Amino acid sequence: MIIASNVSKQFGKLNALDNISVTCNKGECIALIGPNGSGKTTLIKSMLGMVVPDSGFITFNGKNILQNWQYRSEIGYMPQIGRYPENMTIGDVLDMMKDIRGHSTRLDEELVQAFGLTDLMQKKMRTLSGGTRQKVSASLAFLFDPAVLILDEPTAGLDPVASEILKEKIIAQKRKGKLILITSHVLSELDDLVTQIIYMQDGRLQFHKSIERLRADTGEEKLAKAIASVMLKMQV
Amino acid sequence: MKKIIKYVMSDILQNRIVLVYTFFLLVTSLSVFSLEDNNSKGLLSLLNIILLIVPLVSIIFSTIYVYNSAEFIELLVSQPLKRKVIWLSLFAGLAGSLSIAFFIGVGIPVLLFQPNAIGFMMTGIGILLSIIFVAIAMLAAVKTRDKAKGIGVAILLWLYFSILFDGLVLFLLFQFADYPLEKAMIGISALNPIDLSRILILLHMDVSAMMGYTGAIFKDFFGTGTGMAISFGVLLVWSILPVWMSTRRFNRKDL
Repeated sequence: MIIASNVSKQFGKLNALDNISVTCNKGECIALIGPNGSGKTTLIKSMLGMVVPDSGFITFNGKNILQNWQYRSEIGYMPQIGRYPENMTIGDVLDMMKDIRGHSTRLDEELVQAFGLTDLMQKKMRTLSGGTRQKVSASLAFLFDPAVLILDEPTAGLDPVASEILKEKIIAQKRKGKLILITSHVLSELDDLVTQIIYMQDGRLQFHKSIERLRADTGEEKLAKAIASVMLKMQV
Repeated sequence: MKKIIKYVMSDILQNRIVLVYTFFLLVTSLSVFSLEDNNSKGLLSLLNIILLIVPLVSIIFSTIYVYNSAEFIELLVSQPLKRKVIWLSLFAGLAGSLSIAFFIGVGIPVLLFQPNAIGFMMTGIGILLSIIFVAIAMLAAVKTRDKAKGIGVAILLWLYFSILFDGLVLFLLFQFADYPLEKAMIGISALNPIDLSRILILLHMDVSAMMGYTGAIFKDFFGTGTGMAISFGVLLVWSILPVWMSTRRFNRKDL
């Protein structure tokens, strides 16, 4: 569904993305893993067209995303740090997004209710805690029932209850055969979610394997241990 | 596009600064007209205030607004919207609300006290100046990533157009006093929208008689229909060109 070919991006002297090529297909649940500053968010942002690559191209359903914008109606994006207009209320933001997306088809408001946002609709965005902002971001990502979900550190800042709700939601979406891309540092919670692993370091793609392959290659059952052993091997 | 303009405008019009700006303009224009017994004298005093305040408020407010809407822009860019639409809506929202503020603050009093050609022209030029400086502010904001630097650039630009440019022109005039520069001055005035507006309005007032030989040349050019059309064309270019440049830049900007 999303294919990146030889994508490179430099920020000044920093090689944020170095010749990255990945293929993401329908029905996969892909974990993007790597140390801080390894280019995960930049890769996600270039898939969304928020960052324009210096070279290489990205296609969505066979169409180049450059100069194309309609494809984003099929993506739900949850940013790492959700930033919203400060003096809008939660209700305003949700209404605005509905208005902009113009989807008259059914809306998936399950998360809005599960997170208890219905009681907070009148609250201004600037008064919200980081966790509540994350809840708003998550609700927005799932609201339009998109075919692709891109979640950047989805559970960071969420309390255990909310994070469990979100996980359940992700699993339910995975069953519907959607493409899900997740970055996370908490590897233990990815265990029962992901089917594929993309590991990045210093802007380079180290490997892209299915989780079964990774388990077989490293002999570890838990994802956290498997990744740790890979990282150790790479340092040697 | 209409939807985003609606959100931007409702956000700006709720902003206290724009309300204060409107109120300030309204009080100024009303007091100027009630202080002077001669309405056209009042218009002249008002002109000087407008040429200073309108560009200043438009450029600074717009720059700060663009930086403060970084989150809003980021949110919109990840949605199925054209970048061009987002940027132009922001421009239309800013230019629209500042023009409305100007129209309520200055346009209405002027048209009440001076409902003639000069009154209309002044309202029109004030609105054009608002639009031009919103456009320049957006260009400055899209080119500089750092907020403090961007606002600094905006202030410098205002300083240049309002004060430094006149100094440079004066310097040129003195240095080349032996040459006939009157015609060249017409061209040079096109390089600064504030100067161009000032000349355009002054020449349609009685005071233009006091401007001497240069004034006569100016009157020859700006007083005619073609001259006025050209000047308005130049002002339009001043508003369209920065918008076009900033849109191109925004299209490739990383967020």
